[in-house]
Amino acid sequence: MDILGTLQKLGMESGFAAFFLTDGGWKNLIMILISFGLLYLGIVKKFEPLLLCGIAFGCLLSNLSYFVGMGANALYHPELWEAFLDETSPYFHSYGHIMSNAGLLDFFYIGVKAGIYPSLIFLGVGAMTDFGPLLSNPKSLLLGAAAQLGVFVAFFGAVLLGFTGPEAASIGIIGGADGPTAIYLTTKLAPQLLGPIAIAAYSYMALIPLIQPPIMKLFTTDKMRKVKMEQTREVSKTEKIVFPIVVATFVILLLPSTAPLVGCLMLGNLFRECGVTDRLSDTSQNALMNIVTIFLATSVGATMVAQNFLNFNTIKIIVLGLCAFAISTIGGLVGGLVMYKTSGGRINPLIGSAGVSAVPMAARVAQDVGRKYNKTNFLLMHAMGPNVAGVIGSAIAAGFLLSVFGG
Amino acid sequence: MDDLVNISIGNAGVIALLGYLVVFLGLVLLMVVIMIMGKIMVAKAKKAQAAAAAEAPAAPAPVPKEPAPGTAGELKLYDTDPRDAAMIMAIVADTLGKPLNELRFKSIREVKDDEI
Repeated sequence: MDILGTLQKLGMESGFAAFFLTDGGWKNLIMILISFGLLYLGIVKKFEPLLLCGIAFGCLLSNLSYFVGMGANALYHPELWEAFLDETSPYFHSYGHIMSNAGLLDFFYIGVKAGIYPSLIFLGVGAMTDFGPLLSNPKSLLLGAAAQLGVFVAFFGAVLLGFTGPEAASIGIIGGADGPTAIYLTTKLAPQLLGPIAIAAYSYMALIPLIQPPIMKLFTTDKMRKVKMEQTREVSKTEKIVFPIVVATFVILLLPSTAPLVGCLMLGNLFRECGVTDRLSDTSQNALMNIVTIFLATSVGATMVAQNFLNFNTIKIIVLGLCAFAISTIGGLVGGLVMYKTSGGRINPLIGSAGVSAVPMAARVAQDVGRKYNKTNFLLMHAMGPNVAGVIGSAIAAGFLLSVFGG
Repeated sequence: MDDLVNISIGNAGVIALLGYLVVFLGLVLLMVVIMIMGKIMVAKAKKAQAAAAAEAPAAPAPVPKEPAPGTAGELKLYDTDPRDAAMIMAIVADTLGKPLNELRFKSIREVKDDEI
């Protein structure tokens, strides 16, 4: 037995050697450092830790195991997915080819690619969401619509910066402040951008308490921020049960491309409200949600291989994502200002900022800012209306972009 | 299709505007549907209440109970420990700078982190 030869072979096949011997191996090193940074943000700074930890570790795993030209032991193979999407390739849309060559994270990623995980996350979100505040004040839906402004402004900005239509649509949806929707749309339209878009979406959602308050102060006066809103009416159980059925029927008929997201969101909500499926509601909110979060986060992180992530487009996406978030907040606030004027000053415009669908973070920010100016003010339940309206609004925005660019 | 991939700035502007309008249109229509649904439900509830009131035998009107001096009124607790409720009421009274017996608490409900 050639011990020296075996040791040499082991050395040459190791990741340590690959950093220096493969084409662009040093980039993997940078990605590994980035994954450490993301882990720090998730664990120490607690930025969306349930997702960021998984995303960061998926990124770490794929960059530890995949090097250009050395993919035999890789957990995620970008070239398999490139062939899957390439119309000229014999493996175009061939899951068989993926399955027979896949690493562990490729298998996980099939759930993202098929749109399963984002839809299941929406099922859990639906089971966790109380749409009561929206039902008691249906005008909140207007704020949820106004706060989608950032989606379309960022889309336009991305086209100006040279992105293709489908890529720009995927970048724009970051402004919807809704992670699963952003992942769903990006997987369908521009899967090569999934890593940076998911990172931007979840990072900015975690940074909402820093991003929104200065904008809220800029667009409102002290007098407006102090407005105390009247208590809304109580919503009956029947209304809460009928609501998911009506929304699913109405929105899916209006925009069929929203069916996976809106359908699952409303199914989860029906489980919660109907009173006879408590076990299913509990599973959707907890066990299923947690399991899917693990698969979704690690497989999204796995797409952050150095060759796809380390380029100028990533920086552009991060900047556009921030603009999208800020402009969506402005859109919601302007909607709030219009309602303040038309209601004769009875509506606090701060609740407009909660129209971005980061639930319940954006509503909490509206509550905190409102309380700062009037200690007796409790805006939380009023802000939850636009907040959950934003979830439906961003799903409609995604459905629109998917029907335009999805072919 | 190629027009949409390599999209012109003009087309992008039109799509952005159209998209925003579609979102508004969808949610405005949904708002109208929910408002109609709410009106029907409220009307039904009122009818049911009226019917129940008509069926019930004429009973002497209940005398409203005067809250005992020094109390914060009648309070309903949902998923909240009475000790926590007492603490919350004390904090609210302290924050507002008002004596507890001048405040009326209707209900206290725990809003869990994962509850929206």
